[in-house]
Amino acid sequence: MSDQIPVLECRNLSISYYTRAGEIPAVVDFNLKLMPGEAHGIVGESGCGKSTVALAIMQYMGTNGAIVDGEILFEGRDMRTMSAEELRHIRGSKIAMVYQEPMASLNPSMLIGEQLAEVPVYHEGISQDAAMARAAETLAKVRLPDPRRILKSYPHQISGGQQQRVVIAMALLSNPRLLLLDEPTTALDVTVEAGIVELINEISEEFGTSMIYISHNLGLILETCDRLTVMYSGEAVEVGDIRDVFDEMRHPYTRGLFGSIPLPGADKNAQPLVAIPGQLPLPHERPQGCNFGPRCSFFRGGTCDVGKLKMHAVPGDDGHKVRCERFQAIDWERDLPKGEAKEPVPAGDIVLSVEEMTKHYVIDDGGMAFLSGPPRTVKANEKLTFTAREAETVAIVGESGCGKSTFAKVLMGLEDATAGKVMLGNVELGDLPVDKRDRETVSRLQMVFQNPFDTLNPSHTIGSQIGRVIRKFGVAKDDDEVEEIVYRLLDTVKLPRDFAKRKPRQLSGGQKQRVGIARAFAGNPKVVIADEPVSALDVSVQAAVTELLMDIQRENRTTMLFISHDLSVVRYLADRIVVMYLGQIMEQGTTDEIFAPPYHPYTEALLAAVPIADTRIEKRSIVLKGEIPSPANPPKGCPFSTRCAYMMSGVCDTQAPPLRTFQSGHQILCHLEPAELEAMEPVIKPKAAEAAE
Amino acid sequence: MAVTELDAGPSFLDRLSRPKPLIVLAVLMWIPLTVYVMFGDRLDGYADTVLLPAIPATLVLYILGVRAFRESWVAVLGLSLVFFWLLMAVTAPYLPLMDPNKPIAPFTTPFSEKRDVFFWLGTDFKGRDMLSRVIWGCQRVIVWGVSATMVAYVVGALFGLVSGYLSGWWDEIISFFANVLLSFPVMVLFIVILNYLGPSGFNIVVAVTFASAPAIMRIVRGLALDIKTRDYVFAAQTRGEHPLYIMIVELLPNVRGPIIVDACLRLGYTTVAITTLTFLGLGLQPPDPDWGLMIRESAKTAMLWKFSYMLLVPALAVSSLILGFNLMADGLREMSLRD
Repeated sequence: MSDQIPVLECRNLSISYYTRAGEIPAVVDFNLKLMPGEAHGIVGESGCGKSTVALAIMQYMGTNGAIVDGEILFEGRDMRTMSAEELRHIRGSKIAMVYQEPMASLNPSMLIGEQLAEVPVYHEGISQDAAMARAAETLAKVRLPDPRRILKSYPHQISGGQQQRVVIAMALLSNPRLLLLDEPTTALDVTVEAGIVELINEISEEFGTSMIYISHNLGLILETCDRLTVMYSGEAVEVGDIRDVFDEMRHPYTRGLFGSIPLPGADKNAQPLVAIPGQLPLPHERPQGCNFGPRCSFFRGGTCDVGKLKMHAVPGDDGHKVRCERFQAIDWERDLPKGEAKEPVPAGDIVLSVEEMTKHYVIDDGGMAFLSGPPRTVKANEKLTFTAREAETVAIVGESGCGKSTFAKVLMGLEDATAGKVMLGNVELGDLPVDKRDRETVSRLQMVFQNPFDTLNPSHTIGSQIGRVIRKFGVAKDDDEVEEIVYRLLDTVKLPRDFAKRKPRQLSGGQKQRVGIARAFAGNPKVVIADEPVSALDVSVQAAVTELLMDIQRENRTTMLFISHDLSVVRYLADRIVVMYLGQIMEQGTTDEIFAPPYHPYTEALLAAVPIADTRIEKRSIVLKGEIPSPANPPKGCPFSTRCAYMMSGVCDTQAPPLRTFQSGHQILCHLEPAELEAMEPVIKPKAAEAAE
Repeated sequence: MAVTELDAGPSFLDRLSRPKPLIVLAVLMWIPLTVYVMFGDRLDGYADTVLLPAIPATLVLYILGVRAFRESWVAVLGLSLVFFWLLMAVTAPYLPLMDPNKPIAPFTTPFSEKRDVFFWLGTDFKGRDMLSRVIWGCQRVIVWGVSATMVAYVVGALFGLVSGYLSGWWDEIISFFANVLLSFPVMVLFIVILNYLGPSGFNIVVAVTFASAPAIMRIVRGLALDIKTRDYVFAAQTRGEHPLYIMIVELLPNVRGPIIVDACLRLGYTTVAITTLTFLGLGLQPPDPDWGLMIRESAKTAMLWKFSYMLLVPALAVSSLILGFNLMADGLREMSLRD
C-alpha cells in the first residue's frame, strides 16, 4: 500500500475567494490522500466547501478564487506548477467530473454522439469514426439501452437518468485516473438514483478508477465509498474508513448529523430526532477555535475556542482522524443523544375522505386541434380512494409523475376533479374551485411548500405576509391584534420576533421554511398539505423543521398530508402511507404494514432504493430497469408492468390489476396472489450480529 | 467616528434612502416641474414660485443617487449627466439668463460678446440666446419624455400582467394587438397618430404609449409567466386571493428589477423619438425653446461651418441626456447583478 503513489493528494490545502467584503476563506487546512482504485466520500452541508475542493482539484476556481496555501499533488506532481496547456490536457482525460444537473452539463444544441466524440478526438487525436465507435461502446458500458439511437439524439430527447448516464459515459471515455462526482444523483428520482449508484460501484470495480464522491447524503456515501471526510464550515472535521466513521464517530458534528437523520428505529413518538441547534456560521463570521463550538454540547471555554485546531489521530483506528480537542474526554457510549419521548396522539374522526377521485387532463393542441386527431388525455389521478383522520399524518409517497402534485391542486381547489368525491368534513371539494369556496373551507386547508426560496414573496416583509393570511381568514382585523398573532406565530416556529420586519432574503433556507409553516398555520387549518417541506434543506436543519412541524401538528390536532419521495422520513413521521405510481394508488396501509411484507413490487423496489446510513442494516438490492413512463402514455394494464420484476406477460400488461385487501385496511393493487405477496422477503433487516469482529 | 455612527443606528442619509422618503423627494421634484411645463401658462402670478421646492429635492436626490451608485463610476457619470439637466430644468427661471424668445443681435458667435448675464453660446439665426434656449429647452424634453415613458409603462405593465397571469383568451387577444402594433415601423406609427390627433405634448404621450407599450407588455408578460409558477403565488391562490390582488401585490413588485433597467433605456429612446418628432414638425410647437425644434430651425443655417454651433449645441445636449439615461441603466443592471 505505502509504496504506491497516491492518485491525488491534498496537503494543508487552503482556498480563499476574494470578494468586495475582502478575503473569504472557503476551505482551510484540507488534507486528502486518494489511493488508486479507492473511493473517497466528502460529506457536508451547503457552504461547507466540499464543491470548492472539487473545483480546486480541477484547478477551476474562476477569477476570484485562489489556493492560498498547501498543495495538490496529482500522481505525485504539484498541479499548481502545471501550465495552462498541461492542465487542459489533464482535465477530461485524466481527471473527469460529473456534475449535479445532467441537463446543464450537456450542450442542448449538439447531438450526444458529437459531444461524446469530442473527448477522444481532442485528447487522443483519433478519427471521428473511431471516436464515435468508442462513444457507442462506452454508452453500452453505462448500461444505456440502444446506444446507436442515443448517439443520434439531442439531450432533451432522453430522460434525466439517461442524461446522467451519458455524462458519466463522457467522463469515462478517456479512462480517467480520477473521477469527481459532485452530487451526481441529487436531481434524480430514488429508483433512478439506485441505478446510477449501482453503475458507479460497477465502474470502480471494473476500471479501478479512483473516485471522489461529494454528497450531503450519508446513506449514499455508505453505499459507494471506502473512506470518508466529513466537512464543516470549510474544514475537514473527521476523516476515516467508512466503518470507523459510521460506527465509532469521534466528532460531535458527525454524531449530530447521524442524530438528525431518520434511521430505521427512530420514531416520532418513542425516539424523536435530535436537531443540531443553531446554524452554519457564515465564512467571515467563523468563531475562534473550533468552528462547531457554538453549536456543540461538549463545548468548553479555554479548550475549544483557542487558536487553530489540529487533526488528532484516533488511537486504534487506521487513518481515522478528528478535529476535536475533547474527543477523548467525551464518553461516546453514554452520551448518545436521545430525544424526549412523546405520547402518541390518538387519531380522531375522519376529516378528509377521498373516494374514487379521478383527474384527467385533456391535451389541447391549440386552435388547430382538428388537424391533429382526437385530443389526448393525461390520466394524472386515477380513482384515488383513501381517508385521513384528525391528528393523523398520512404520507403520500411517489416519484416524479406519480400525480401527487395534481392531487394537491385538486384538494386546494386550483383544479376540478374529473370524477369522484373529495369530502372535507361534509363539504364536497372535488368540483368546487377555490374562488367558490367559503372562507372557512379555504382556511381549513393550507399548504407548506417544498422550495424555501420560492415559498415567500421576496418583495414583502415576513410580518406582512403572515398578517395577510390572518386578515384574509378573518382571524383578526385590528392591526395591533394581527401584529400580536404574528408575534405569537413566530414564537411558535421558534424565530425571533423582529423577523416580522425582515425581508425573506435576510433569512436562511430553514428560517424561510419555518415562516412558511407559520403562514400555513396562521388560519388555524384542519388539514395541512406538506409538499416535501424539508427535502431542499440541509440535513442538520431538516430535523429541526420536521420536529417543529410535528409539534405544531400535535398541539393543534391537525391532519397532515405529507407528500414525499423519501421513505426514511416517511417511516419516521407517518401513521399511514399511500404509495402512488403513475396516478394510481399501488399500496396503502399503516407504516408498519408498508415496511413489512406483503409488499407491492413497486414498494419493494422503492424500499430497496432508499440509501440508509446505518451499517447495522442489511438491505436487499433491487434495481428497477427502465424509466418511469410518461403519464400521457401509460402502459396498458398495470402501470408498473413495464418495470416490474414479477411481470407476468399476458396478464399484467393487458388487464388492470385487482385490489387485494389484507388485514385492517392494508391494500395492494397487484395481479400477484395474496399468498405470493405474503411470501416476499423483507427488504430491510438488521444484520446478523457480527460475532467475528 | 465610525463607532459613533454605528451606535447612532442608520445615518440620516441612510434613512432618506428608504422607499418612502425617496418617493416623497421624487414627487417634490417631479410634480412642480410637470405643472410648470404643462400648465405654466395658467399659473399666472405663481409661475415663479412653483419650482422652488423642486430645487432642494433634486439636489438631495442627486446626493443619494451618487451614494447608491458610488461603486460604479459609469453609473455616477450617467447619473450626473441626467441630474445636470434636471437641475437646469428646475432652476431655469431663476438663473441669470436672457429671455429665450427675445431676439437680440442675430448670428452672434459663442464667446464673442460679453453681457452682464450668462451669455456664452451666442445667438441663433433669429438673434435668440442659445444658452438660454438650450437650458429652457431641456424642460420640455425631460417632462414630456419621462411622462410619456411612465404612461407607456403603466399601460404596458398592466396588459403584460393580465396577459401573463391570466393567460388563455386574454393573452391571445392582448398579444395579437401587441403584435399588430409592433409590426408598424415606429416612425410610421408616430406620424400616423400625430397627424390624426394633431401635434401637441399630450398627443406625443399617446403616440409614445402606442409605440412602446407592446414591447413593455412583452417583457412584463414574460416575467409574469415565470413568476406565476412560484410557490408564493400558489400560496396566494390557495388562500382564495382575487387575481387582481395577486397581479398587483404578488407579481408586480417582483418584476420591478428588470423593468427599472429597461425603463432607463426606454427613456433614452423616447427622448430620441420626441426630438425627432419635433424636428419633423410633428411635436411641440414654436416659439418656445425645444431641442428638436432648435435643430430643425438651425438645420439650414448651420450648413455654414461658422454657424454649426447652432446645430451642435442642442445635438450635444440631446446626446448627453440620452447617454446619461443609458449609463444609468448600465449601472442599475450592474448593481442588480451584484446582490
